[in-house]
Amino acid sequence: MVRARLKPGDEIDGFVVEALAHNGGMARIWKVSRPDIAYPILMKVPVLGEGDDPAAIVGFEMEQMILPRLSGPHVPRFVANGDFATLPYIVMERLPGTSLYPLLERLPLPPEEVAAIGAQVAAALDSLHRQNVVHLDLKPSNVMFRESGEAVLIDYGLARHIHLPDLMDEQFRLPYGTAPYMAPEQVLGTRSDFRSDLFALGVMLYFFATGERPFGDPQRLKGLKRRLWRDPLPPRARNTSIPPALQEIILRCLEVNPAWRYPSAAQLALDLQDLSSVKLTARAEKIKRDPLGTVLRRRFNPVPIETVKPQTAETQLSNAPIVAVAIDLAGGTPELAEAKRRTVARIIENTPDARIACLNVLKINRIAIDTSLDEEGRNKHVMRLVELRTWSTGLPTPGGGITFHVLEAVSPADAILAYARENHVDHIVMGARAESAMRSMLGSVSGEVAAHAPCTVTVVRNRQRPG
Amino acid sequence: MLLAILSDIHGNREAFEAVLAAARAAGAARFVVLGDIVGYGADPEWCAERTRALAQDGAIVLRGNHDDAVGNPNVTMNSTATMALEWTRRQLGSDTRAFLAALPLKAREGDCFFVHADASVPSDWNYVLDASDAGQHLDACEARISFCGHVHKPALYCAAPGGKVTHFCPVAATPVPLLPQRRWLAVMGAVGQPRDGNPCAAFALYDTDSAELRFLRTAYDVETAAGKIRTAGLPLSLADRLFEGR
Repeated sequence: MVRARLKPGDEIDGFVVEALAHNGGMARIWKVSRPDIAYPILMKVPVLGEGDDPAAIVGFEMEQMILPRLSGPHVPRFVANGDFATLPYIVMERLPGTSLYPLLERLPLPPEEVAAIGAQVAAALDSLHRQNVVHLDLKPSNVMFRESGEAVLIDYGLARHIHLPDLMDEQFRLPYGTAPYMAPEQVLGTRSDFRSDLFALGVMLYFFATGERPFGDPQRLKGLKRRLWRDPLPPRARNTSIPPALQEIILRCLEVNPAWRYPSAAQLALDLQDLSSVKLTARAEKIKRDPLGTVLRRRFNPVPIETVKPQTAETQLSNAPIVAVAIDLAGGTPELAEAKRRTVARIIENTPDARIACLNVLKINRIAIDTSLDEEGRNKHVMRLVELRTWSTGLPTPGGGITFHVLEAVSPADAILAYARENHVDHIVMGARAESAMRSMLGSVSGEVAAHAPCTVTVVRNRQRPG
Repeated sequence: MLLAILSDIHGNREAFEAVLAAARAAGAARFVVLGDIVGYGADPEWCAERTRALAQDGAIVLRGNHDDAVGNPNVTMNSTATMALEWTRRQLGSDTRAFLAALPLKAREGDCFFVHADASVPSDWNYVLDASDAGQHLDACEARISFCGHVHKPALYCAAPGGKVTHFCPVAATPVPLLPQRRWLAVMGAVGQPRDGNPCAAFALYDTDSAELRFLRTAYDVETAAGKIRTAGLPLSLADRLFEGR
C-alpha cells in the first residue's frame, strides 16, 4: 500500500487537494475539488499505521461499501472511492455549517427546540432505515443540516447495511459504538436492529433537554452494561419545563427492549412533530427512578431484549406503516364508511404496529374569510374531530395508535397529499365519490390523490348492486 | 463484463431454462456452470446438451460429483442419490457421457477461480459449510475471488488480510461490492434443487468491471419439473422437495 502523505496542491485521480479540514484519530479530512463537480467536496483518508485500531480500517471499508449505496437529502452525496492498492479514500459532498456538537455548549435547550431537532433527525433516520442501513453511531457530532433544513447523517464507519456482509461482525469481540449513545442490544453485539438508532436519538434528546447524559459516559464494558438494568433519572426530574409528552417520547426511545420503543423512526418523527398527539402512559408522569428492589430484580432477571435479525429487519419495519385514512364525513354513504372501516381493520390485522391517522378536510373558501363557527355556535373543527372518533369506533387498536386530524384547506386533494408528504405516510386509504354530476364536473379527489401520492393509495368503493 | 454463475442444475430443465432467460435479460455476457449438471432431475440429457452448447459459445463448464459419478462405477452415494444416478446413467447417450467425463474440475480466469466443491482437493467433493471450511478453501486457491457450489445454499465468505473469515447469508438481490483489499468465496445456491427454504432457482451475476456480485432467484415451473420426476419413476422425495426448496 502506498503511504502517500497528502499536501495542498497534490492531485489524486483528478481531485486537487486544497487544505486539511480536520485531523482526526481515524481519518484526515481534506477539502478537495474537481473541475466537473460544482458543489463543495471533501476527501476522507484513513490513518493507517502499525498498531492502529484494526476497527478503523474495517470501519473505513464499511463506509466505502455503504455510502455509494445511499441517496437522498439526508446523506452526504457520494463522489468516489479510492483503491486500497494505491490510496484509500472516500470523496463526498462537503456540507455547510457545523454538526450539532457545538449545541452541547448551551444545554439544556428549550423543549420545543429539542422536539424540532429530534423530528428532523428522526426523518433522516427514517430515510436511512428505508435504505436498509442502521447507522449505529448516531450522536450530535454526526448530525449536520442542509441550508434547506434537512438533517444529514454523516460517518458510516460503524453502520450496517442489512443486505451486505457485516465486516465488523465476528471481526471484533468488543462492541463498537460511542459509549453514551449505544443501545443495550448493541452493547450485547446486535448490529442489525433499526431501533438501536432510536435509542441513540433518545439519548440525544435527553441530553439536549436536560443538559445531562442519561447513562453518563462509561469507559468500560461493565459500565456500558449498566443501562440494561438501571433506568435513567426521568428528564422532568432534572428539568420541570419539559412537557410530559416529550418525556414520554424520550423514555420510550430509551426502553431497554427494542420492541418497546417506537417501531419506526417515521412514527417517532410524527410524535415529535406534534407533541399534542402523543399518547401518554406512565412514562410521561414518572418523576423518580425505579426503586432499588425493582432495579435489583431487573439485574438478576433481565428485561427481555427482542431484537430482529438482518433477515427480518425489513419485515419489522414494514409491519409499522403510517396509514392516513381520509374520511369524507358529509358526502359518503354509511355503506362506504363501513367498507372503509373494514379495509382499515384488515390493514391493522396484517401490520399490527401500524399508526392510523384519521383525516378530515374542512373546506374553506378561497377568498372570503371563513367563520369557523356554525349556526349553533359550535366549533366546526371540534365537531369534525368528534365525528372522526365516532367513525373509528370498533376498529382494533393498532400498535402505533390512532390519531385524528382536521385539515383546513381549499383543495381536499392537495391537503391530503401535503399531509402524506410531511408525515412520511406509507399508505392512504380513501373512499371514491359516487358516480354523480358533481364528480364529472369537479373531477375525483381520490383520482388526483392516487395520481400524485408519494405512497400506496387504496380507493374504497362499494360494488354497485345490479339493478 | 457480466458473468452469470450457475451451479447444481441437477437435470431440472424448467429451472435451467428460467435461469438462462433471467440471466440473459439481466445482460449476462458469459456463462459459468459449476457442475452437477445431471442427477436428481428428469431431464439430464437435455440439460447436458444445453450446457454443451453454452460451452461451445465460450462458457466455462466444470464437472461436479454427480457428473463424475455417471462414468464412475465405484462411487458411493446415499440411496436416493444412487437410485437417481442409476436412472440418469440409463438416460444419457455415449456423447453426453464423454462430454461430462471430459469436463475440468476447476478453472481460473483473471482474479476469479471456479470449482464445484471445496478447492483444497476438488476431487474429494468436500462441502464448504462454514467459515472454517471457507478458510481452508481460500488457503488452497490463489485467486482473490472464488466461486463454488455443491452445498445448494447460497453464502458469501470474506477474509481480511490476516484476519478472520466472516460468513454472510445473502438476503436480497442488492449488489455486494467484493472489496478489492479482501478475498472472497461465493457459494452459489442451486439452480435445480435449492435447499435453503426458497424454492426459486438460484444463480448469481458477477460484474467483473465493478467487482459487484448479485445473488438472484428466479421462479420457474416447479409443477412441471416435479411432475416429470414422478412420471419417470424417480424417488418421490426428489419431486416433493422442489416445492419447498429443502
